[in-house]
Amino acid sequence: MSEDTKTPAGLRESATFDRNTMHEIRRAADTGIYDIRGFGAKRKLPHFDDLLFLGASMSRYPLEGYREKCNTSVTLGTRFAKKPIELDIPVTIAGMSFGALSANAKEALGRGASIMGTSTTTGDGGMTPEERGQSKKLVYQYLPSRYGMNPDDLRKADAIEVVLGQGAKPGGGGMLLGQKITDRIAQMRTLPKGVDQRSACRHPDWTGPDDLAIKILELREITDWQVPIYIKVGATRTYYDVKLAVKAGADVIVVDGMQGGTAATQDVFIEHVGIPTLAAIPQAVQALQEMGMHRKVQLIVSGGIRNGADVAKCMALGADAVAIGTAALVALGCNHPKYDDEFKKIGSAAGYYDDYQEGKDPAGISTQDPELSKRLDPVEAGRRLANYLNVLTLEAQTLARACGKNDLRNLEPEDLVALTVESAAMARVPLAGTSWVPGQKF
Amino acid sequence: MKTVNLSEVSIRELNQALHDQKAQCTEETWTVLEPKGQHNIACGLDQTLSVDIHGHAGYYCAGMNQKANVTIHGNAGQGVAENMMSGVVRVKGDASQSAGATAHGGLLVVEGNAGARCGISMKGVDIVVKGDVGHMSCFMGQAGNLVVCGDAGDALGDSLYEVKIYVKGSVKSLGADCIEKEMRSEHLAELTDLLKRAGIDEDPTQFKRYGSARGLYNFKVDNASAY
Ligand SMILES: Cc1cc2nc3c(=O)[nH]c(=O)nc-3n(C[C@H](O)[C@H](O)[C@H](O)COP(=O)(O)O)c2cc1C
Repeated sequence: MSEDTKTPAGLRESATFDRNTMHEIRRAADTGIYDIRGFGAKRKLPHFDDLLFLGASMSRYPLEGYREKCNTSVTLGTRFAKKPIELDIPVTIAGMSFGALSANAKEALGRGASIMGTSTTTGDGGMTPEERGQSKKLVYQYLPSRYGMNPDDLRKADAIEVVLGQGAKPGGGGMLLGQKITDRIAQMRTLPKGVDQRSACRHPDWTGPDDLAIKILELREITDWQVPIYIKVGATRTYYDVKLAVKAGADVIVVDGMQGGTAATQDVFIEHVGIPTLAAIPQAVQALQEMGMHRKVQLIVSGGIRNGADVAKCMALGADAVAIGTAALVALGCNHPKYDDEFKKIGSAAGYYDDYQEGKDPAGISTQDPELSKRLDPVEAGRRLANYLNVLTLEAQTLARACGKNDLRNLEPEDLVALTVESAAMARVPLAGTSWVPGQKF
Repeated sequence: MKTVNLSEVSIRELNQALHDQKAQCTEETWTVLEPKGQHNIACGLDQTLSVDIHGHAGYYCAGMNQKANVTIHGNAGQGVAENMMSGVVRVKGDASQSAGATAHGGLLVVEGNAGARCGISMKGVDIVVKGDVGHMSCFMGQAGNLVVCGDAGDALGDSLYEVKIYVKGSVKSLGADCIEKEMRSEHLAELTDLLKRAGIDEDPTQFKRYGSARGLYNFKVDNASAY
């Protein structure tokens, strides 16, 4: 435990009632309403840092960095779609709505993704022309709210993602508070300006997996079976959800772990619902393998992915690709220290800012304020995102080559060990230095 | 006129033929026979076609319709005319739940009864039901008009935004934030027009109007029980 040097000795902070807990009790007592915020779960969870790669040595043959090829491309949607999506790198940009994010931020995401030959995704609020124009490959989300949903945009999409849930709030709907409902957003969503908008948590015209199968067929009919259809679920009962998603006819399944970011959700929801990304992947892969569908129905994993090691670990556990939200926003400039003074003025600090719902983001990303939005240059921010995506790819390749793999998708659980008993049990890989996979074999 | 028998032709073939009319319209009038409750009949149309379906249709018939005039001479399954943008969809029989869900425009007429959640999340469509509607109808309705000539089930218009609801018969219960509102002359005129467009002979003065109290538009501590 690190020594707290700021508090005088003898003053002992309670581990149960720590300062954040007490602050929240006072906030609740002051306002009478739950805390709503953006960002993902902030509590410490078993995560990819708890895993390590076993590089090649005597028993495995490594590949030469820089010289020997290590493929990063991946094709998504090979099951039913006439036009599967070909990505140059296995890192995609997750769905984030125009509304939550400024038009400039959405454009920057499209630009960055397109430079690197990967896809970006719309969000709860429909497709904007800026985003479509700047995204070579755009995935169109089909959400319970159906804001802005229309068949013309549906046919412009390169893939359709039916959203059942998000890792930050499995079982919850969206929120967009009045501050962010400008004229344009109100019009796109057919809502009165300035309302605190709650989007539905359930789809309005189907209830269970059998209905969903028919819904997916409808979407395929409307788009003449051209584009892949994804199903996105928040990680909870992942094993069963993935089986049902395959049965319902998904081409691609997106599993979003509880660390996944959000634009606005109750804090209690973000921190207490869902399972960590690490725990969800083996469940999803097991379900696919049991159905003989691993690699046939592709698996995209998201929730807390930050670097190339996280990407490589997801893929070693069996994912075909990953999606990033928060990290992409940070690459654009979210929470940047250069705005620290301004963050302080709104009661936050660079690196801590999570009040995306308020629309006052000094970095011009999670806002609809025209003055703040102008601070984000979509071309420059897009370039930054492309650089970052490039680093993720190079790092993942470095690790794959060290394990002797000439394709990121050849990484396997056998290449991994865990540092803690928890992560070994969740990821279903042995505790480092042992052959012990808790719950499986001794 | 082109006749397609669904016991001989697949849904895919029918829909593709109808979609092909968008680029070049070679046939405006279509008759569909023996639908036998199959799903996704005539969804995603985008041309001024006239499609008559003789028999019962399954889920999502005429889903996301644009411009076309689709008549189902029978009952319709879940989500008929869901997310319609424009055109007219008419169900001669009864419609199952979520009729006209999230539809943005056009006119949906149900000459029989409609099940639960009729007009859920509607975004601008006009829906006229000659019979009754089930529970949770117009839940989170955003824009457009819902006319019910019979009775409405429980929780009508729960969490309503700006839809205008007109009901002639009884309302079992109103949902959160839905209230009865004054029927002014402009509403009578609008209702008269809706009934006329739907081809339904009812006296508009016999209807009551319901709408949003707009009390849930912004988060307030006092509304905690409604969240
Ligand atoms: C600002 C913001 C807005 C989001 N909006 C949506 C959305 O509209 N639809 C959706 O399915 N997920 C949404 N998400 C979740 C992301 O798609 C993704 O699941 C998540 O961000 C992945 O986790 P990560 O942020 O740790 O990378 C949003 C996330 C953020 C940060």
